[in-house]
Amino acid sequence: MNRRLVGGLAAPALAAAVAIAVSSIALLIAGESPVTTFREMWKTIDSTQSVTFIVNNAVPYYVAGVAVAIGFKMNLFNIGAAGQYQLGALLAAAAGAAVTLPAPVHVAFVMAVAVVVGAAYAAIAGILKVWRGVNEVISTIMLNYIAIGIAAFLLAEPLRNDSSGNLAQTRSLPASARLPDLNGVFETLGFDFPSGVVLQGFLPFAIALGIGYHLLLNRSRFGFNLRVSGANPAAARTSGVNPKRMVLTTIILSGAIAGLIGMAPLLTEEFSYGDQFPKSLGFTGLALALLGRNHPVGIAGAALVWATIERATQRLSTLGIPQEIGVILQGSFLLAAVIAYEVVRRRTEAAEARAAAERTPDVPMTEVAAAGAETGGRAP
Amino acid sequence: MTVPLMPTVTAPRQRRVAVSSRRLTLLAMIAAAVVMSAARLISDNDNLTSEGTFGVMVRTAAPIALAGLAGLFAERSGTVNIGLEGMMIAGTIFAGWWGWEWGPWAAIAGGVVGGIFGGLLHALATVTFGVNHIVSGFAINIIAPGVARFMAGLLFVDENGTGLEGGSISNSPGLASPIGRFTVPLMSGGDLFGWTTPDPLRWIEDTGWFVLADVAGLLKGLTTDISLDIILAAAVFVASVYVLWRTAFGLRLRSAGERPSAADSLGVPVLRYRYYGMIISGGLAGFGGAVMVLFANRYQENQVGGRGFLGLATLVVGNWRPGGVAAGAGLFGYFQGITLRTNPDQLVLALLVVGALALGVAAVYAAVRQQWVPAIVVAVIGAACFYLYLRTERPNNQFVYITPYLVTLIVVSVRGQALRPPAQAGLPWRKGMQV
Repeated sequence: MNRRLVGGLAAPALAAAVAIAVSSIALLIAGESPVTTFREMWKTIDSTQSVTFIVNNAVPYYVAGVAVAIGFKMNLFNIGAAGQYQLGALLAAAAGAAVTLPAPVHVAFVMAVAVVVGAAYAAIAGILKVWRGVNEVISTIMLNYIAIGIAAFLLAEPLRNDSSGNLAQTRSLPASARLPDLNGVFETLGFDFPSGVVLQGFLPFAIALGIGYHLLLNRSRFGFNLRVSGANPAAARTSGVNPKRMVLTTIILSGAIAGLIGMAPLLTEEFSYGDQFPKSLGFTGLALALLGRNHPVGIAGAALVWATIERATQRLSTLGIPQEIGVILQGSFLLAAVIAYEVVRRRTEAAEARAAAERTPDVPMTEVAAAGAETGGRAP
Repeated sequence: MTVPLMPTVTAPRQRRVAVSSRRLTLLAMIAAAVVMSAARLISDNDNLTSEGTFGVMVRTAAPIALAGLAGLFAERSGTVNIGLEGMMIAGTIFAGWWGWEWGPWAAIAGGVVGGIFGGLLHALATVTFGVNHIVSGFAINIIAPGVARFMAGLLFVDENGTGLEGGSISNSPGLASPIGRFTVPLMSGGDLFGWTTPDPLRWIEDTGWFVLADVAGLLKGLTTDISLDIILAAAVFVASVYVLWRTAFGLRLRSAGERPSAADSLGVPVLRYRYYGMIISGGLAGFGGAVMVLFANRYQENQVGGRGFLGLATLVVGNWRPGGVAAGAGLFGYFQGITLRTNPDQLVLALLVVGALALGVAAVYAAVRQQWVPAIVVAVIGAACFYLYLRTERPNNQFVYITPYLVTLIVVSVRGQALRPPAQAGLPWRKGMQV
């Protein structure tokens, strides 16, 4: 266990070192001092206000990461999370503004609409995959753009708030459909917030989602089947798992969670869907699932790192330092991490193959090596 | 990869009428011409097949075609390139930079160089380190916009944060000079040694004759006032086909994507050829980005806007063949071009007629082959298109925006079993593996 943990942390640490080195070079090219920059970044995040900001931003990232990760667990690339959550948030915002309900029911209603829309939109890719054998990467990329078109069409007229002027957006959610902040809860615990700092209310849902994801994967029969299907499809089929049904269920489940991605901004910050609504959370989720290795805690760590980098670089431009260094830091970290994970995986696999070969002296070494090599390049 | 999770899907029914693919292509082209011409007459909208519309199509189709060709080189050599979008973005920033400094031809060179950086990064991750191709491609798509913005901040904005010569963090200054343009003499009235030649295509187009005028419109759009980067792109496209299918280099490259072990046993350095494939792929994608920069006369943030993914779509729709990629790019470019024309609403309505007629032809084709269910389904959808045309007054342009993606989705769903991607594209290969 201990060795596994060290091995698991070695790759991200290596990736972080590479990312810092790459960013330092970029900063030097830009004529800035890396030392000053990183010191300023640290100063920015070292406050209650910043920590609250980071947690608030990490929440939708986390949901996005989990949505993508559940597909990854059985080698499905749900690139369509972007389209699923945008359509989900749009229709949930419109439906939520159209009905009158008591507070908790209203919030639940908005979320339910988002989940159903996300699941239904993902189901298209799932059905095409099991029925026509369409690769989900291709279909979800296309469905993303189709979703953008549908959303623009709906916002152009049918679901548009007529009193919002030039802004294309839905009507605002009433107070009963908004999530209260968590400041009160934390203040009773003896925690002080500076004025104007708000810890948004979706955090408990994200934590519940993470726990649910863990229980589903590791403590349920479905989760077991899912992991087996991902790790060894042939073994799963032999043991009686229906691959078609697994694919369809997993894609729909991933889409249902993706529907929730937009709920944190919608229910706590924006209260309507429009041009200003964050649109890039789907791809962020992809990055975070990869960085966090599809592990509920790993994704949380990745989401926090992501949000921390964003916060830390926010004030750099006032000092004349390009704040885009944040994206470079994130991007080089991501690419270095996926390479490091793959290298570590190959090394462990080779070590296991060697150990197995020593136990069974009859098998020639070349066959073992070939068997090890053939499992390469799986989805993360 | 081990045993695929997907169970096999039942093979398509035996076809009654066998048609060779070359004859089928010819038939499809004739059908397309007739459909477009008939739709022009029914909707009474000459712009459907006018020189201007096809002229814009050439501009919008070229970057998509180059992206598709970039994908073709990557996948034929065994690497799936989802990072096309990012490589095009890398191309646009370099093209904007070099073009501003040294003019349009430097912009093209810059685009190629920028794209090659992206291609090399993808090759390093996938070929050398064996990272999953889709993961690496998406990482590149996430990194490229950030790097582009970082570079734009360094290049186009001075110390005090004011833009240089109209540049800003989200766009470059204008190019140093525009690229040259060319009109074919004797066909479209171009100059020949100072003599303005006659313009027979314009005359035919103006007659409005059935099919003939439409073909003239297409030819005139393809031969009038074409900027030189597009001509270079067309030349590169043709040269690529020759290289891939008529040279030893092309054969080795394709063998690396089809049967790396067999290629290896014959002495082809598979990994090196996969690197070659990715370098060419990145360069072509960057060239596509440069074409967009030359069109807009500057680098703009988000300029690429999904054309890398459209290029990927042409690859799928075009069944991993250059002719298919070109046709797909033309189709998608046509749809994108429509939205750039003046008064697009009427054109969009006219497209509904095109859709109705095209589906009608498809229904007849299916009926001839006695595939009754598809024939009826397609006919009903076609009739619905025509009904929409009659009933709609102000169409929503979003339908034009989503059409390329919808077409791709339908093609992979309906023709999925007939599509044949390179056998080993997307799978890792190391020396000693038996595939």
